[in-house]
Amino acid sequence: MLRIGKLPISTFAFLIIIFPWVAHQIPGIEHYTDVMVFAGIYSLITIGLSLLMGYAGQISVGHAAFYGIGAYVSGILTARYGLNPWICMLAGISVAGAVALIVGAPCLKLKGHYLAMATLAFGIIIFIVFNEEAEWTGGPDGMSGIPGLSIFGFDFDSVEKYFYLVWGFVFAAFVFSVNIIQSGAGRALRAIHSSETAANAMGVNVSGYKVLVFVYSAVLASLAGSLYAHYLNFINPATFDLFFSIKLLIMIALGGMHNLWGAVIGAGIITFLNYEWLHYFEEFEVIVYGAILLVVVIFFPDGLAGIPDMLKKRLGKH
Amino acid sequence: MNDTSNENILEVDKVVMAFGGLMALFKPDFSVQRGIIKAIIGPNGAGKTTLFNVITGFFSPTEGTVRFKGQPISSLKTHEIADRGISRTFQTIELFGNMSVLENVMLGCHTRVRASFMAAGFCLPGARRKEKEIQERAMKILRFIGLADKCNDPADSLPLGEQKILEIGRALASEPELVCLDEPAAGLNETETHVASSLIKAINAKGVTVLLVEHDMKVVMNVSDEIVVLNYGQKIAEGPPKEIRNNPKVIEAYLGGDT
Ligand SMILES: Nc1ncnc2c1ncn2[C@@H]1O[C@H](COP(=O)(O)OP(=O)(O)OP(=O)(O)O)[C@@H](O)[C@H]1O
Ligand SMILES: [Mg+2]
Repeated sequence: MLRIGKLPISTFAFLIIIFPWVAHQIPGIEHYTDVMVFAGIYSLITIGLSLLMGYAGQISVGHAAFYGIGAYVSGILTARYGLNPWICMLAGISVAGAVALIVGAPCLKLKGHYLAMATLAFGIIIFIVFNEEAEWTGGPDGMSGIPGLSIFGFDFDSVEKYFYLVWGFVFAAFVFSVNIIQSGAGRALRAIHSSETAANAMGVNVSGYKVLVFVYSAVLASLAGSLYAHYLNFINPATFDLFFSIKLLIMIALGGMHNLWGAVIGAGIITFLNYEWLHYFEEFEVIVYGAILLVVVIFFPDGLAGIPDMLKKRLGKH
Repeated sequence: MNDTSNENILEVDKVVMAFGGLMALFKPDFSVQRGIIKAIIGPNGAGKTTLFNVITGFFSPTEGTVRFKGQPISSLKTHEIADRGISRTFQTIELFGNMSVLENVMLGCHTRVRASFMAAGFCLPGARRKEKEIQERAMKILRFIGLADKCNDPADSLPLGEQKILEIGRALASEPELVCLDEPAAGLNETETHVASSLIKAINAKGVTVLLVEHDMKVVMNVSDEIVVLNYGQKIAEGPPKEIRNNPKVIEAYLGGDT
């Protein structure tokens, strides 16, 4: 369950690399590459959330806020001040990281429902800021004119190019996170999940680790927000509302939060449902999400990524 | 280590621990010499576990201090105290149930071999090597406590007796100078109790000072060099097992009074 080998990671990288080409060959799904850009952006967030929730056992119902912070810092600094987008991306990461540190230190002392409520409140407050600080953010109408990304004269100006950029980041974040999980730091996170008392007694700085992983997940969410802003060139607060925070939770619950693959799988499936497959349901979309969450929680508590293990156990018994 | 054997590794100095109006500890005073096995006994609710919680930093005492190797530690956080070299087990088992037996012990090494988040993330060569080192060290401990063949089982799948032994193993993994064992023999059958006793002696033989809370008097009399008796948070007696056994105050506390 924990070991993530080199072979699956290479296979995954290979599939991603050929994806745009394959999508291009099959009529009717050419635009899937575009959808996959969003899947990648969401994966960045869910990878961090998986470490925070699945491994360290700390819930956050406010990660849309960090996603939004990244998007708005990038948006404001590039569109209003004309700064270099990459520097703005770093600025967004720093702001999100600092906010996570300030918010996380007191919040992560709380447990279970209380932590959920605190992060939820945080998410709502930031959402209100995006709406109300219209001078900076453009208010509910949003802000446009955010430039695209380029590096050394190379423009990420097509869907394919942006696809590779985003998934490059996802890949890096994935490998970095796998390395953490498979180290002493990852073991400490799981220990905290299992018994804070014992972890403390064994010398794990429990509150320190909790804040650290919270900051890490905020940084990834912020990075995702910046990538989103530079891709669409337009942002508005509705993207970063409470429902998005909840959708993130549905993604990792569906994929399986005890497994990093689950983060990517869940993000991928929900993105396709969102952009492609749920149009028929229109405003009943929410009900479908609710149903998914219900089915997963009841029948596949370890998510889709947990199914192989579940089958193995079942078969082993008979 | 190079200290003299007469040195006091731990000093409990007039510690008061009040929960509201309840004095769980009221100024017990005693010290623990390096290298010995010292037992703390007393009736239910006497304050034994509370004392462990004060020593290991889970509670900060209302009054008084605890000194470890001459340094006051009462203001330190639990994980900092663990860093200094005090380890413990719990009366009610606190294993990492979803982790394997091996991983439980590996986590115990946390204070000694530490991998930083960044070093781990970038998979620096040092991080890999450390991880290997930890695994070898943990396997050595598992062989010492006799659980090596179960290293890959989830910790919560072990029978109670082995879980207790595993907790001791995990506590040893941090290479403590002092280990506090809270009722290691509770709930064990006769053979398991025997194993636990020998293990405690073996740990001590390796130079680790042991503080032992235990209700099983056979174990206490068999392994300990000295005994402190608590009753209602106060120390009522201290001395070698032979003396304690015949101390009228102790007999009175156990048999008598208000029950
Ligand atoms: N966190 C706490 N809050 C309030 N009271 C507590 C707390 N911890 C312990 N106590 C009280 O302090 C007293 C001493 O408890 P403690 O657990 O230290 O006893 P003990 O000697 O370990 O008993 P046992 O042999 O049953 O384990 C008891 O009256 C207990 O109810
Ligand atoms: Mg007790």
